[in-house]
Amino acid sequence: MSDIVTKLDNTEEPLLRLEDLSIDYRIRNGYLSAVSDVNFTMNRGEIVALVGESGCGKSTIAFTIMRLLMDGNEKIGGKILFKGEDLNKIPVRDMEKMRGKHIGMIFQNPLDSLNPVYRTGSQVEEAILLDGLSHKEAWERVINLYKDVRIPDAEKRVNSYPHELSGGMRQRVMIAMMLSRTPELLIADEPTTALDVTIEAQILQILKDLKTQYNTAILMITHNFGLVAEVADRIAVMYAGNIVEQGNVFDVFAAPSHPYTRLLMRALPRKTKHEGRLETIDGNVPRITEKKPGCRFANRCPLAKEICFTENPPVLTVSHDHTFSCHFAEEASKL
Amino acid sequence: MSNANVNAPVPAIEISGLKKYFPLTSGAFNAKKGSVKAVDDINLTINKGEIIGLAGESGSGKTTLARVILNLTPATEGRVLMNGQDISKLHGRELKAVRRSIATVFQDPASNLNPRLNVLSSIMRPMILHGVPKAEAVEKAQEAMKLVKMDERYLYSYPHQLSGGQLQRIAIARALVLRPDIMVLDEPTSALDISVQAQILNLLLDLQEQFGLTYLVITHDLNVLRYISDRIAVMYLGKLMEFGPTETISSNPLHPYTRGLMAASPILDPTLRSQKKELMGGETGSLINLPKGCRFAARCPHATDRCREELPKDYHVDALHQVSCFLYDK
Repeated sequence: MSDIVTKLDNTEEPLLRLEDLSIDYRIRNGYLSAVSDVNFTMNRGEIVALVGESGCGKSTIAFTIMRLLMDGNEKIGGKILFKGEDLNKIPVRDMEKMRGKHIGMIFQNPLDSLNPVYRTGSQVEEAILLDGLSHKEAWERVINLYKDVRIPDAEKRVNSYPHELSGGMRQRVMIAMMLSRTPELLIADEPTTALDVTIEAQILQILKDLKTQYNTAILMITHNFGLVAEVADRIAVMYAGNIVEQGNVFDVFAAPSHPYTRLLMRALPRKTKHEGRLETIDGNVPRITEKKPGCRFANRCPLAKEICFTENPPVLTVSHDHTFSCHFAEEASKL
Repeated sequence: MSNANVNAPVPAIEISGLKKYFPLTSGAFNAKKGSVKAVDDINLTINKGEIIGLAGESGSGKTTLARVILNLTPATEGRVLMNGQDISKLHGRELKAVRRSIATVFQDPASNLNPRLNVLSSIMRPMILHGVPKAEAVEKAQEAMKLVKMDERYLYSYPHQLSGGQLQRIAIARALVLRPDIMVLDEPTSALDISVQAQILNLLLDLQEQFGLTYLVITHDLNVLRYISDRIAVMYLGKLMEFGPTETISSNPLHPYTRGLMAASPILDPTLRSQKKELMGGETGSLINLPKGCRFAARCPHATDRCREELPKDYHVDALHQVSCFLYDK
């Protein structure tokens, strides 16, 4: 086994820690600050949801952890510590060993991730063969994995091509492929967005079982608060590249504290129209081309005062596992 | 109040025995192999001023039903009465007049506006087609922008310059210019973010109250349906499984499929996790090899031999609530 793998047997460090992570994309005249000042920790076997609206930077974070953004058009600052090892610093060859073996990823549309001309079973087997098993052993393992993700008729389905499977089945194949190498961290980028609610519920159940069975930590990237309420242990709410609030899912849902989270929760259709209109948030997400201090939600925040535009808000603690960043905590609690 | 008409309901859309079959053919001579029963024997009445939510999984026939109602595709059998008139029998001027009273808003706001036309031209298009003079059309377009709470300067923008929420507002503005009384909304908010979704839902409700519109809202998002609808219709494989008042359907669904769908629908509160009911197994069947009996029998926990052999009828539990399941055959 290579150095990187033995070095990673460090169990004292949290599984994943992002320290002052910032990601800038190069644009025509300067940089676009997609993510900034992100501090975030994930433990083994935890399901953490990274939630936010389009363009808030949640997928950028996921792709950066996997180092899939490397095309020279971005600038990454801060640390991405996976069991204490900075993924941003390790050589490309070591990163290749991390992918799949330690960190797996599934995407929104499984059809894009599967090769249309190979049997799905062979594609899953390919991952297993990397661990040096014989074809016979590997194939048996594929069948068992198909059973783990509850694909009916696993023995027959391993021979199916992607087009022969439904969307839910394809996503199961992707999950089986990820599981085949039992990564400690699974990044799921909108894993059920393309699926019907009944199939979505089945996939979520599978993900929950994985957590129990394999102690896999799952970082779920989603815009759907329903999924968060359904499976997450912890939640991090993103707005315009910042994590504005994070904590235990029950605490955050029971007592959202950042003005953005509070307003967003009230925008969810949780009632009927007879109970009144939904809350809306006026204005638009700012386009951040230059890094300057201040709260990024200030231009839409009903509580914003001058200080919000000039100084970074402090991180405030609600309970041991619930923090948010705001200048006006007291006012926010009455919002 | 939107359901002020409930005491003396006046039907806006009456659908009876509606079927839409797509032929399945094969070979060089297009030999008929069978048919896809996308909409199969649907009976449904939508009253004036009501908001009806149509729920179901992909492939359940929701959009086909809407297309038949809009007369965009002819029905195989059955009829649709629109304000008392059978639109499949109308021609020329009469058809145009009825068409004017129905408007549609589709799912993807970016693809239902012409990228080469500015917003003003897109909004004016239906009016020009219905013979509204140009000067009046411009005025009405400006009015419509006010109705959807958008600044008039956007009239000269092109679709690519606007956000998803703005595009959807424009699609709604365009739908409104001919002052329709019925609107069919196919997944009006599913491409939008939560805060924008809330704005659009509020706007739709405001307009509905202001003009006493009748809405048929198609969406797979049950939380949205629960919020906006007066009554919910649930479809499964081309059949209407249950149709009833929103409160009843969400608190006490009768059809086993509706129950499964409600249980699968994401909760928006983590403390409700423990209350979750059994998940529905299996997947939506195919519309091609339909079972003889109830479409849902293969996935239904209550299925009996009768369910597998015989098609259930629509049983009326009360005046507003119908369910297609033998459990309610009394």
